[in-house]
Amino acid sequence: MSLGPEALSPAARSLRGYARWRWWELVVLAALPLSWLLLPGQSLLLNETAIVALFAVSLDLILGYAGIVSLGHAAFLGFGAYAAALFAKDVMPDPFVGLGVAIVASALLGLATSVLILRGTDLTRLMVTLGVASILYELANQLEGLTGGADGLQGVVMGPLVTPFGRFDFDLSGRVAYAYSLIVLAAAILIARRVVHSPFGISLQALRDNRLRAASIGLSVRLRLVAVYTIAAAIAGAAGGLLAQTSGFASLDVFDFHRSAEVLLVLVIGGTGYLYGGIFGAVVFQLLHDLVSAWTPQYWNFWLGLFLVVLVLVGRERFVRPWTWFRKGRR
Amino acid sequence: MSVVLETRALVKRFGGLAATDHVSLAVERGARHALIGPNGAGKTTLINLLTGVLEPTSGSIALDGGDITTLSVHARVRRGIVRTFQINQLFAGLTPLLSLALAVSTQQGKSAGWWKPIGAAAAVAAECQRLLDRFRLADVMDQPVASLAYGKRRLLEIATALACKPRVLLLDEPVAGVPEGDRQEIFETINALPADVSILLIEHDMDLVFNFARTVTVLVNGAIFAEGDVQAIANDPRVKAVYLGEDEAVAGHG
Repeated sequence: MSLGPEALSPAARSLRGYARWRWWELVVLAALPLSWLLLPGQSLLLNETAIVALFAVSLDLILGYAGIVSLGHAAFLGFGAYAAALFAKDVMPDPFVGLGVAIVASALLGLATSVLILRGTDLTRLMVTLGVASILYELANQLEGLTGGADGLQGVVMGPLVTPFGRFDFDLSGRVAYAYSLIVLAAAILIARRVVHSPFGISLQALRDNRLRAASIGLSVRLRLVAVYTIAAAIAGAAGGLLAQTSGFASLDVFDFHRSAEVLLVLVIGGTGYLYGGIFGAVVFQLLHDLVSAWTPQYWNFWLGLFLVVLVLVGRERFVRPWTWFRKGRR
Repeated sequence: MSVVLETRALVKRFGGLAATDHVSLAVERGARHALIGPNGAGKTTLINLLTGVLEPTSGSIALDGGDITTLSVHARVRRGIVRTFQINQLFAGLTPLLSLALAVSTQQGKSAGWWKPIGAAAAVAAECQRLLDRFRLADVMDQPVASLAYGKRRLLEIATALACKPRVLLLDEPVAGVPEGDRQEIFETINALPADVSILLIEHDMDLVFNFARTVTVLVNGAIFAEGDVQAIANDPRVKAVYLGEDEAVAGHG
């Protein structure tokens, strides 16, 4: 038996409303397939953007929701990429199975390394995550027989995407690749959305705000940190898997520090703790990159740096509302 | 009456200082027990030991006769030992409603749910509404905790503890900084708790202590200085000396 909305108490109504869809969320989700339809010539670039967005959504789960800072999130991206590439090369070329392998491999790595981020301060976490990514980078570099070392893993041939609607081969224009990445991105957003509105998701925000109180209402802080770190690693692994599968190779670049730094920038640009910051950030970052590179290719880093300084000083809330720039502050 | 929570020769040293010095304390079922003592007597340290925030140097703690000395904070909460904090410990980024919903979900064993939205459980929402009404937080339930007035945050602090359905409730100066009008309200709510909930109260306001408590323990320099029913303690000349002495000293400074 279900009660009508008029019978609900204000608390029940507000709690139910907490997980309801906002109009702009639907706009974002509708924009994903529209971009595929309306910008067929940009698929390669958009595919790259979608993968960065997925990677950033993963970082948002641990940074924006659980408050875990990381400078080595590329560890999971890279692990997923190599897992997918090796699986396609040595076992079977099916992309879906390969993606599953990448996700599981990165999730296991996340589970194993989560013990390192349970204790200590933000500074220790920055260093530990940075260290883990560096170790993996060097392992991928040295294990030449397995990973191809500095040359990367070449000659990865992917099979077609076998779906109920037919078989789709990856094409040079990136149309199929972009559709594939978009579907994975949308699925990750939908799953992450369920998770962050659940009691588990709220408890992450609680322990981000106050670990002592979170424990004092009976929550196991450590178990929750392990769980969210593993989930985030799995999603980053999916991003890495997509990267390797759609580009046809995996190289040391996927473990590189600039990957971890860039995804942090993307999230700072897009905003943390509301799940869509990764998408907005990746789009803005990519647009900025293209505009500035077309205009003045050699000074990209200068303009990116200036943009970041202004963004952080003005504050994102104010930056995206230009009409407030010349208003006097209320305090 | 049976003993619910008991410490045996509990010691906590910070370097050379014994903040808790061989404290053997028994809290009985349904107790209204006050813990008083001058500043720095080790009252909050004792609460931190009882709740597992601090680990004792030696001695043991038992709940219902079972040893809980090494249990984690959250495991103790699940067995019914719940506290409030002298300085508010809240979830600044959440709303009062979500804070309470999380505490209630945890108490009802639903906090590990990761698929259904937090609003899906009718029992959680009903309990939240009761707490919001009782603590007059209903009108601010959807505002961020960080933006609430101090008085409201204090009420949320107590409400969050009660959302955990305590069997043993440790109140660390619950009305500190609360305006006179709201103090009575908080104590009425505390008094309205089921009779079998055991309450240990730390409080500086002696009127409140003598109105509320049936048993009083006086802590001085980390050790139990005196213990007895409220009349005996109120009339104990040694306790008067400790307290009046301190009050006079404070008045003298002021």
